[in-house]
Amino acid sequence: MKNNRRANSFALFGMPYYFWAIAFIIIPLLLVLYYGLTSEAGTISLENVFAIARPAHAKALFLSVLLSVGCTVVCLLLAYPLCLIMVNRQKAQNSFLLFMLIIPMWMNFMLRTYAWQSLLEKHGVLNTFLNTIGLPSLHLINTPGAIIFGMVYDFLPFMILPIYNALQKIDPNLIHAAHDLGAGFWQTLWKVILPLSMPGIISGITMVFVPGLTTFVISALLGGGKVLLIGNVIEQEFTQAYDWHLGSGLSLVLLLFIVINMILSSVFDREGNGGLL
Amino acid sequence: MSRALIELQHISKSYDGKPVLDDLELTIHENEFVTLLGPSGCGKTTTLRILGGFETPDEGHVIFDGKDITNVPPNKRQLNMVFQNYALFPHMTIADNIAFGLKIKRKTDKYIQDKISYALNLVGLQGFEKRMPGSLSGGQQQRIAIARAIVNEPHVLLLDEPLGALDLKLRQDMQYELIRLKNELGITFVYVTHDQQEALTMSDTIVVMNQGYIQQMGSPETIYNEPENAFVADFIGDSNLFPATFVRDELIEIDGRPFLCVDKGFGQNTPVDIVIRPEDVIITTPDKGTVTGVVTDLIFQGVHYEICIDVNGREWVCHSTEASLVGTMVGIAVDPFNIQVMNKPESEDEEAAAIEK
Repeated sequence: MKNNRRANSFALFGMPYYFWAIAFIIIPLLLVLYYGLTSEAGTISLENVFAIARPAHAKALFLSVLLSVGCTVVCLLLAYPLCLIMVNRQKAQNSFLLFMLIIPMWMNFMLRTYAWQSLLEKHGVLNTFLNTIGLPSLHLINTPGAIIFGMVYDFLPFMILPIYNALQKIDPNLIHAAHDLGAGFWQTLWKVILPLSMPGIISGITMVFVPGLTTFVISALLGGGKVLLIGNVIEQEFTQAYDWHLGSGLSLVLLLFIVINMILSSVFDREGNGGLL
Repeated sequence: MSRALIELQHISKSYDGKPVLDDLELTIHENEFVTLLGPSGCGKTTTLRILGGFETPDEGHVIFDGKDITNVPPNKRQLNMVFQNYALFPHMTIADNIAFGLKIKRKTDKYIQDKISYALNLVGLQGFEKRMPGSLSGGQQQRIAIARAIVNEPHVLLLDEPLGALDLKLRQDMQYELIRLKNELGITFVYVTHDQQEALTMSDTIVVMNQGYIQQMGSPETIYNEPENAFVADFIGDSNLFPATFVRDELIEIDGRPFLCVDKGFGQNTPVDIVIRPEDVIITTPDKGTVTGVVTDLIFQGVHYEICIDVNGREWVCHSTEASLVGTMVGIAVDPFNIQVMNKPESEDEEAAAIEK
């Protein structure tokens, strides 16, 4: 009786969240599903989903996956050694470093991307500087490289934070124990630190790969419309072509990729994590 | 005594300007069970970590088997450590944990398999190869941690409060287990603990430490029966620790009452500290005692009663198998050889310096 009443009051507190989830997550998803799986005539059809096979769409998706994987790899390679260095430093210096890394996150994401645009432009800050010291200009803006650059800059903190947290949770005595049993730096890294920080790596990969896959602002600003990603294609369907059915159909394909990524990461997490959970 | 295996020479270490060890000198012999005993912050763990190579002393040298290993990293030292919280790798099976050191040394699979079963046998956990550390109890994890260390055949096993997290019964079982292991393996154990009972039970040699100094070093019997200063007397076992006057050889006065003792050479009418173990206080009838007092407390402790007696305002603690009712007048006597006379330290530094004499 008492338990029941408590359960009820919890349900009451849960109401706003239920409302939020239904209104802003479930219903929009169902709408995407509805538009994606129907034709303009209102009949059920998969043509908008299969539209991904059209060369222009397939190319955009392939490029998206490629750039997103590239961005994820670069983020991982940058973040992991940095986090290793940070966890081995004094606490006070550490929080300052972390603070420095997070400061850009508080700035508007669009603003940061615009900043990179003006840095990389043909007559931008970087090229002006190169010219001043007598070096030729570089063609940077409107290339896939510039997009990866922008994505890495924007998403790097999402890789750093989970890895830093995972590394910080490792008991220093485990590392001492590995050294004590004869392991050198690389052996300890490979056999102890890396497996134990796997949950952080996995969640970092997810946090960077998924927004990278779906980005359209970075590619629009730093790709100058010359490099079309799947996010840009979908955006154009909604905002310019007003073809909500096609846009939703392509979104469903992208959703599928994200779901696959989530499943993969949870599988890897379970394996890498072993008895931790 | 057997060969000296490890020598700590003039070791000093401080953290953020706070000295933790000050000019520490310690020799550990082959096949010895040495316990570093002291309250937290006394420098015992730092000493162990310097031995293991996890800390570098600010000054001084660590000599191992005749070689200076002060700057040798832990993975190049022929000693292994059992950590306070076991430090088993949570992502590896028990077998992989035990095999860790052997795989690094590139031993053959056959050798590793043999060693795993040998070690599990030794610690009484046969058949645990495939289990994960998280599924083991504290006592079992402790045994695995020991197994993981000894398969590497270290010359010295360092143990950092390895039984601290276990309950009393398990702790006592593990104490015997460790003594058995040490005898079977024939290697040197350096053990760190703050538990004096543990130290007395297991050690060949106890090193009592406080505030970065060695207070006394000796066999458990010596440490218990002949503490050299008030700190050691107070830290090891219950004790009646009183200020007294050394009147002349073999005679002291406690609160103005004369007691016979066996100590000589403390001068005449010198202030000293004396210690009398509670089990050495004899309760008799008032007419037979050297002093008389009133029983103020009677606590049953299983093996014996703890009896507190008020003697002219000073409390004496006594252990006796016979109860004395609260409020009764009793006599107290002490055999002369049960009174341990100690120099009164004038400062903490002198307390430490007394050891070097």
